[in-house]
Amino acid sequence: MLELIVISTLNGVLFGMLLFLLSSGLTVIFSMMGVLNFAHASFYMLGAFFGFQLTKWIGFWPALVLAPLLVGAIGMAVERYGLRNTHKHGHVAELLLTFGLAFAIEEIVSMIWGKSPLDYRVPALLDFPAFTIFSTNYPAYKIFMLAVSVIIFVALLIVLKRTRVGLIVQAALTHPHMVGHLGHNVGRVFMAVFGVGSALAALAGVIAGPALVTQSDMAASLGPILFVVIVFGGLGSLPGAFIASLVIGLVQTFAVALDGSLASAFGPLDPSSGPSVLTDVWNVTIAQVAPIVPYVLLVLILIVRPMGLMGTRET
Amino acid sequence: MLEVRDLHAYYGKSHILQGVDLDVGAGEVVSLLGRNGVGRSTTVKAIMGEVAPQGTIRFKGKDIAGLPSYKIARLGLGYVPEHRDIFPSLTVRQNLVLGIKDTRRPGKWRLQDMLDMFPNLAARADTAAGVLSGGEKQMLTTCRTLMGDPDLIMIDEPTEGLAPLIVQQVGDLIARIAQAGVAILLVEQKLSIAMRISKRVYIMGHGRVVFEGTPDELKANAAVRQEWLEV
Repeated sequence: MLELIVISTLNGVLFGMLLFLLSSGLTVIFSMMGVLNFAHASFYMLGAFFGFQLTKWIGFWPALVLAPLLVGAIGMAVERYGLRNTHKHGHVAELLLTFGLAFAIEEIVSMIWGKSPLDYRVPALLDFPAFTIFSTNYPAYKIFMLAVSVIIFVALLIVLKRTRVGLIVQAALTHPHMVGHLGHNVGRVFMAVFGVGSALAALAGVIAGPALVTQSDMAASLGPILFVVIVFGGLGSLPGAFIASLVIGLVQTFAVALDGSLASAFGPLDPSSGPSVLTDVWNVTIAQVAPIVPYVLLVLILIVRPMGLMGTRET
Repeated sequence: MLEVRDLHAYYGKSHILQGVDLDVGAGEVVSLLGRNGVGRSTTVKAIMGEVAPQGTIRFKGKDIAGLPSYKIARLGLGYVPEHRDIFPSLTVRQNLVLGIKDTRRPGKWRLQDMLDMFPNLAARADTAAGVLSGGEKQMLTTCRTLMGDPDLIMIDEPTEGLAPLIVQQVGDLIARIAQAGVAILLVEQKLSIAMRISKRVYIMGHGRVVFEGTPDELKANAAVRQEWLEV
């Protein structure tokens, strides 16, 4: 049991930090521009596929740097030539643009790389067990993923809190017009933030690709969880996104790992000693309901605290 | 310095500004008066590019109609909006620092001068600006715009919702800005400050200017006051 808790905590924190790499960009973009970017998870997917391809051509380490830069450039182009032109037609047009973009990226990816999972492997340098707890070997690659996420998190914090650019971004989160009236080029700030957000999502894709599955439906399967994270944390709140990422990461990892069911918890009291309609419900394991746990959390938070954990506006 | 000719602006289909003409000379203090909803705020928003303008707007001889607002600001036109848009999660000091357009070329207003001028702001320099009182927020936004070293500052309803004593302080600040040689376009509903410091006043009604003159001329003209200002 202790082994399960330690391993699940590690995995949960890791998954949570990966979620944060994605949700931080999404929530900042939403807060500044008022656009929920449906294509955000697609940038994550592009990161994984670019990472795979570049690893084949030039090796994993250059790919780790190059793939996020490429996707960041694509993100900036989307903001500059797509969103900025649709902006005058209102948020619905912008939303539809990102929605369409998500489908387009998924189709393009499956046209180029096919629909089956790619053979994206952990680099040889990191392919060894980092340590052994109890009887489980914990892979070094996972520790590497955790380290990268933590470094990015700290870097992001320093840039936001300690630099002038960070101040301008923070100010634009609540009052983008006013930032413009003070003589700062808000358009350029938007483009840069969109680029950095996309690049962070891509970085998450590059490092998660070998550990999870790199496949053309990976954006569609991660996207909904991402929205749960930013709504749960409070739209536009970075600390909220951080806490929500960790909570969702941990909750989901633990739920998958736990094998209990109502039947095992209540033992002799359970009504399944005689067959009834409840028998099925009684015997469902926590692992089986794991995929819906984030959505249950979403519904609960919307009932109890509609602005999310740390949010300031109603979602 | 600022020349506005036949300025029109729309919110959706409603025609808000219907041909506004006004001028502000270098170093001149001018007030734009009128009742709620006559288009005073829309006029300054259109000048600043926040509302799409139609017509001619010239600042220092350059046509600025429709430029993005950061470019207008960099030409030396400062704007303090009606709702005192402070950045609530940043500290008072950070708010002021963001008023500086180019850190390599500091203007004539220094951070320390601002803090010396307002002991209240100095005492709270490192707290989040969101907790300030209405009057303090007004001082902060005005000072923040001054940090950008404007040649003309447009201040929209600085005394709205403030206690009489604070209104007095805001008036003193505006007078001090004028003394420093900065031109001011003051948008107001109350007459007190406007009459005290303005060289000229404009009165707006139904989306255009209906009276132009000195404060003394306005005082003498009871008919205009009754029709366009008094409730």
